[in-house]
Amino acid sequence: MLISRRQPPGLRAAGPAWRCASFLIALGVLAPVLTLAWLAFGSGVGHWGPLFAHVLPQAALNTALLLAGVGTLVLVIGTGCAWLVTAHDFPGRGVLNWALLLPLAMPTYIVAFAYLDLLHPIGPVQGAIRWMLGFDSPRQFRLPDLRSMPGAIFVLGFVLYPYVYMTARAMFMTQPAHLLEAARTLGENRRGAFFRVALPLARPALAVGLSLALLETLNDIGASEFLGVNTLTVAVYTTWITRSDLAGAAQIACAMLFVVVALVWLERNGRQHQRFGSAQRMRAVQPRRLHGGAAWAATATAALPVLIGFVAPALYLVWESGKRLHQGGSISQGLVASLGNTLALAAGVTVVAVAAGLVVAWASRSQGTSLNRARWQARVATLGYAVPGTVLAIGLLTPALAFDAALAGAMGWQGLPLMGAGIVLVMACAIRFLAMPVGGIEAGLARIPPAIEQASRLLGETTGGTLRRVHLPLLQPAIAAGALLVFVDAMKELPATLLLRPANFDTLATWLYAEAARGTYEEGAIAALAIVVAGLLPVVLLARNQLGTTPTVTPPDTDLA
Amino acid sequence: MSSPLHLDSLQLAYDTPRGPHTVVDGFSLDLPAGEIACLFGPSGCGKTTVLRAIAGFEPVRAGTIRLGETLLSSPQKHLPPEQRRVGMMFQEYALFPHLSAARNVAFGLRRLGRAAQQARVTEMLALVGLAEAGERYPHELSGGQQQRIALARALAPSPALLLLDEPFSNLDGGTRERLTAEVRGILKKAGQTAILVTHNEAEAHAMADRIGVMHNGRITHWLETAS
Repeated sequence: MLISRRQPPGLRAAGPAWRCASFLIALGVLAPVLTLAWLAFGSGVGHWGPLFAHVLPQAALNTALLLAGVGTLVLVIGTGCAWLVTAHDFPGRGVLNWALLLPLAMPTYIVAFAYLDLLHPIGPVQGAIRWMLGFDSPRQFRLPDLRSMPGAIFVLGFVLYPYVYMTARAMFMTQPAHLLEAARTLGENRRGAFFRVALPLARPALAVGLSLALLETLNDIGASEFLGVNTLTVAVYTTWITRSDLAGAAQIACAMLFVVVALVWLERNGRQHQRFGSAQRMRAVQPRRLHGGAAWAATATAALPVLIGFVAPALYLVWESGKRLHQGGSISQGLVASLGNTLALAAGVTVVAVAAGLVVAWASRSQGTSLNRARWQARVATLGYAVPGTVLAIGLLTPALAFDAALAGAMGWQGLPLMGAGIVLVMACAIRFLAMPVGGIEAGLARIPPAIEQASRLLGETTGGTLRRVHLPLLQPAIAAGALLVFVDAMKELPATLLLRPANFDTLATWLYAEAARGTYEEGAIAALAIVVAGLLPVVLLARNQLGTTPTVTPPDTDLA
Repeated sequence: MSSPLHLDSLQLAYDTPRGPHTVVDGFSLDLPAGEIACLFGPSGCGKTTVLRAIAGFEPVRAGTIRLGETLLSSPQKHLPPEQRRVGMMFQEYALFPHLSAARNVAFGLRRLGRAAQQARVTEMLALVGLAEAGERYPHELSGGQQQRIALARALAPSPALLLLDEPFSNLDGGTRERLTAEVRGILKKAGQTAILVTHNEAEAHAMADRIGVMHNGRITHWLETAS
């Protein structure tokens, strides 16, 4: 071995151009956060005073209550349903197994929008309850107002529980059955075995799901605002939009970053400990068949979150859209234009995010010693998912406005070239959704054996040529999946779009937001339905992957010895 | 303190898409208190299924399982595993990875007071020669140590019967030989009634008082061992 000191060509680090590009992307992701810190602390902490006195305490308390309430609800629903479908067999289990993921297709603001109308004092649900109870006026009977903290917790909890359900379900399915059996032989009944063994073992997985659900809660602007809960996110928005106080908005955004850091820590910590007990090829838990009343109770329990989080609001949207189309006959020009805007925005974000994701993943793929820095860059580059859209937007506004002013001054243009063309908005969304293509492409790259790359290099191809001729064709499924996820998420995006969109530029999401804010409920249902239909695509993809891991029935005596 | 075990004409089967598949049929066994029996046979002969039926993880299609005066299993009755006073040592040890060795051993002692629990754990750890390892977690223990903690955990609640499912199959040759003798010593010292399942003949001879050779779901003949 003459070249034993050198690494084989395929394993060498990507070229300096790749690493440089990857570094710039990581820097781009960090830019808004650094800007925020500079804005918030740059002018001294002195003028934090009024903010601390008036805005922050109430908004922070609301956010804390909302996070605590939603966190509890998603843990109970997600863990409970995951245990129900993994450890039990009952009618409808096969369908509920994947149907429990459906609320993922529902953006929080759409569910809030739907329930505001559905649960309105003179809406269908309360009307039906009054009819059954024999009342005829909302004065005699009405449910508690949905526009409240409990209402917001209810809505967000029933939409965001799938994050916990997914991670908990994967954990319960891979938990070796013999651990639960050991607990039984040591005197614990089923309940005890769940609480003393299955649940503690699933704790890291639950932490991951919980942190994702809470990051979504923190990101949410529509639901909390429609339901009248003044959270930090809403405060950032109003401080900038209605009071034009950029420094104040930046300070609140900075406060939110502390919450984000805590949640990301929770998630990373959970992922590190997930290897718990998932050791060898072991028999998974065999679902226990339930009979009679217990079986139907299980069906009803597992169906309830699907009904509340997806079926009821989806049916409402279909019904309202149908009614609207039947009455009006046609869709307004404005809505058609916002559909076009939405698709254009989503396509732009997808192209940028996938290209950037490819650069970051390729630069950080398994190499020799320079590995650590490239990996570190990849981790920074994918942090955007954790930064709430409003925070990201405020962080991007200042540099973008400064850049626009300079550019316009230099070229003698009017207006704001970057902001006006929506480029800042595309950047914000790409930063926020970069983690999806990077993760997918990294996983795809990891599955390509180094020998393939080495063979290509030995046949005279360069790194870039190898990427183009060998890896890109092999990575196609990973890239397509990543692109789909980014596209749909960009279609659904609301908070950053609200803050960064050019004048007179509406997407379906902002169209819906405007209607809900006005309380007009005209074509909002149609816009919402279009978003939900698009949102179903990645859920179908996810459900298919998840169903692929359904445990197969292995008789106990066949694989032993 | 141990009670004799009676298995009478057991029939065991598991469900397949093509209907129930019978693994064990007409299986009978009487085990006096304090004795260690071994079920020996090739993989797939049904020996592990018998063990799991005694522990209460498999239903009985026909026949009965009795421990002393208590009916554990029959086609009509199925006592849940946690009420059987049957302990089990699993092939993969099944130590709870989130609990220290001492808390693994204490897992089945919830009904005891704190002081009594502590005393019993100390006693059990000493019995298996790991008095110092209590605070360590399963992944910090060697294979042989994990095995002994699993034994201590199964013995701690004083089960009327102990089941050992291929207890030495995950150990290398040297450790295995040393531990078979040691485990037999511990069981005999405690006067523990036990059933061992293995496909390793040397292990069967080193551990058991009697060996039931199994074939196609039945015991074809019994061997008395030198030990």
